[in-house]
Amino acid sequence: MLIYTIKRFFLAILVALTVSVITFSLNQLSGDPAIAMAGETASDSDIEYIRKLYGFDRPVHEQYLSWVARAAQGDLGQSFYFRIPVTDLLAERLPVSMILGVSAITFAIVLSVPLGVLAAMRPNSWLDRFALGLSVVGQAMPSFWLALMLIVLLGVMFPILPMTGSDSWQNFVMPTIVLGYYATPAIMRLTRAGMLEVLGSDYIRTARAKGLKRHTILFKHALRNAVIPVVSLAAVQFGFMLGGSIVIESIFALHGAGYLAWESIGRLDLPVVQAIVLVFSLFYIVLTFLSDLLNAWLDPRIRVS
Amino acid sequence: MTIAIDDKGARPGLPSANQITGPTPGQQLRKRIFGHYGLLIGAGILGLIFLMALSAPFLAPHDPYAQSLLARVKPPVWLGGSWENMLGTDVLGRDYLSRLMYGAQISLLIGFAAAFISGVIGTAMGVAAGYFGGKVDLVVTFLITVRLSMPVVLVALAVVALVGGSLEVVIAVLGLLLWDRYAVVMRSATMQIRQMDYVASARAVGCSTSRILLTEIMPNIVNNLIVVATLEMAHAILLEAALSFLGMGVQPPLPSWGLMVAEGKDYILFEPWLITIPGVALFMMVLAINLMGDGIRDVTAPENRN
Repeated sequence: MLIYTIKRFFLAILVALTVSVITFSLNQLSGDPAIAMAGETASDSDIEYIRKLYGFDRPVHEQYLSWVARAAQGDLGQSFYFRIPVTDLLAERLPVSMILGVSAITFAIVLSVPLGVLAAMRPNSWLDRFALGLSVVGQAMPSFWLALMLIVLLGVMFPILPMTGSDSWQNFVMPTIVLGYYATPAIMRLTRAGMLEVLGSDYIRTARAKGLKRHTILFKHALRNAVIPVVSLAAVQFGFMLGGSIVIESIFALHGAGYLAWESIGRLDLPVVQAIVLVFSLFYIVLTFLSDLLNAWLDPRIRVS
Repeated sequence: MTIAIDDKGARPGLPSANQITGPTPGQQLRKRIFGHYGLLIGAGILGLIFLMALSAPFLAPHDPYAQSLLARVKPPVWLGGSWENMLGTDVLGRDYLSRLMYGAQISLLIGFAAAFISGVIGTAMGVAAGYFGGKVDLVVTFLITVRLSMPVVLVALAVVALVGGSLEVVIAVLGLLLWDRYAVVMRSATMQIRQMDYVASARAVGCSTSRILLTEIMPNIVNNLIVVATLEMAHAILLEAALSFLGMGVQPPLPSWGLMVAEGKDYILFEPWLITIPGVALFMMVLAINLMGDGIRDVTAPENRN
C-alpha cells in the first residue's frame, strides 16, 4: 500500500506540473500581453514599462519558473482588472463554488444511487424505464438551457425562488438542481450496472440460500460492493462540476469562482483565468488521488497491478 | 460418376443452403437493427435534422441574416403569429425558422468536424498505447490523465477568448480537447484484440506492424470507434452551444443555436419561446445522436449477436 501511495503521489505531482505548464502557456496565446494590458491608445514607452513591470521581457522558461515558484507559495499574481492579489479574490469566490459543487454532487448522489439500486432490483420494470428515461434526457439536455427553463418555471411562472444572486441558500437551489442533474445519468448507470453484476454473483446466491433477510443482503452484501466504483466516479464528476459551474454560475449570477472566471475571460484578465484553471485542475488531481487511494484500500487487487 | 458441386441444380425436396446455415450475418444484423427502437427513432430524428440542414438553402422561407426592424419579435404561429414567419422572428426581426435551419448546418458541421479531429488524435494514441504497451502506454496514459485534469469548458472559453472566436477556432479547440474518451476506449479495445490468436498468427506469418494494425486490429475495434464518435459528436455540439451562449464561441450574426438562446435570453420573461425553440432543437439533435450511439453499441456488441 505504501509503495502504491508513493507511486500514485509522484504521478499526481507530475500531472500537476504538466497542467501548470499548459496553464502558463495560455499567456503565449494572446500574442503580446503587454499590448493587451496597455490598451490600444498606449504609447510605446508605456508598453515597454508594463513589459518590464510584469516581467514579460524575460525568457519564457524564466517567466514560467518564477510563476510556478510563486504559485507554490500561494502567490498567484495580481489581477489586471481589480489590482488586488488573485489569492484574495479566490478566497472570496471559491467557497461559493465549493458550496455549489458539494450540494450539487449530494443532490446527484441522493437522486441517482437509490434510483440505480431500485432499477437494478427490478430490471425492465416501469421504475427501470423511468430511470433510463431520466438519464437519457439528462445526457441530451443542454445545462444552460435547463437553467433558463427552470428560471422561467420557478422564477417567473411560480415565483418561489430568486432568479439571480448569491445572498441566501435559496439562490443555490436552482443551480444545484441543474448542476446535479448533469452528473446524474453517469452515476445512475454505473450504480445500476454494478448492482446488476453483484446481484447475479455467487456470494449473493449463497447469502440468499442461507436464508438471510432481503434487506441484509441488499445493503450489507450487495450495495457495499457495487458502490466502490461509484465513489471514484463521484469524485471525477465533482471535478467536472467545478468546470461546469462556469456556465451555471454565470446564468444565475452566483458570485463564485466560475462566474469570476467568465468575467475575467471577457476582460482578458489572464492572471485570474490562469489561477482558476490551475486551482480547478489541482482540485481534480487531489480528488482523483484520494479516490484512487480509497479504492486501493478497499480493493487490494488494484495495489498490485 | 461426378458429383454436382454447384448448387444451381439442387434437387427438389432438399433444403436450400440458406435453410441449413440459417440467416447470413448480414440478415442477422438487419434484423437486430430493425428490432431496436431507440436506434430507429434516433436515426429518424437525426435524418430529419440532416435533411433540414441540407435543404436550408432551398427550403428556408427567408434569408437568415435579413433584418427587419418593423417585424421584431413576432410570435410563432401557435401563439398568434402569421404563417409568413412560422416560428416568429427574433430580436432583430430575422425569420426564426430560417435561422433554425441554417443553425442545424453549424451544429452538425461542428459536431462532425470536432469528432473527426479528436477521433484521429485519440484513436492514434489509444491504438498505439494498446498495441505497443510499455513506455508508449505509459506516456499515453499520462497524457490522458493530464487532459482529464483540465476543465474543458474553462480552457475552451479561455483559448477562444484569447485567439478570437470563429467557426474554425471553435472546431479546432474542441477537436484538440475531446480526444480523451477515444484514447481510453481504443486503448482497452486494442489491448483485448491484441491477445487474439489471429493477431499472433499474423505476426508469425511475418506481417508488418502497419498491416496488422490496419487489417487485423482496426476492423475489430471500429464499432467501439463509431460509438465513441457519436458520443463525442453530441458532446461537441453541446459544448459549442454552451460556448456560443457565453459569447465565446461562434460569433454573431451566424445562426448558432446556442447563440440564438443567448440572444433571446433578455426576453425570457415575456417571450420565452425565443429560447424554447432553439433549446428544443438542440435537445432533439443531441438526444437523436445519443440514441443512435447507444443503438449502434447494442446492435454491434458481440454478446448480442446470437
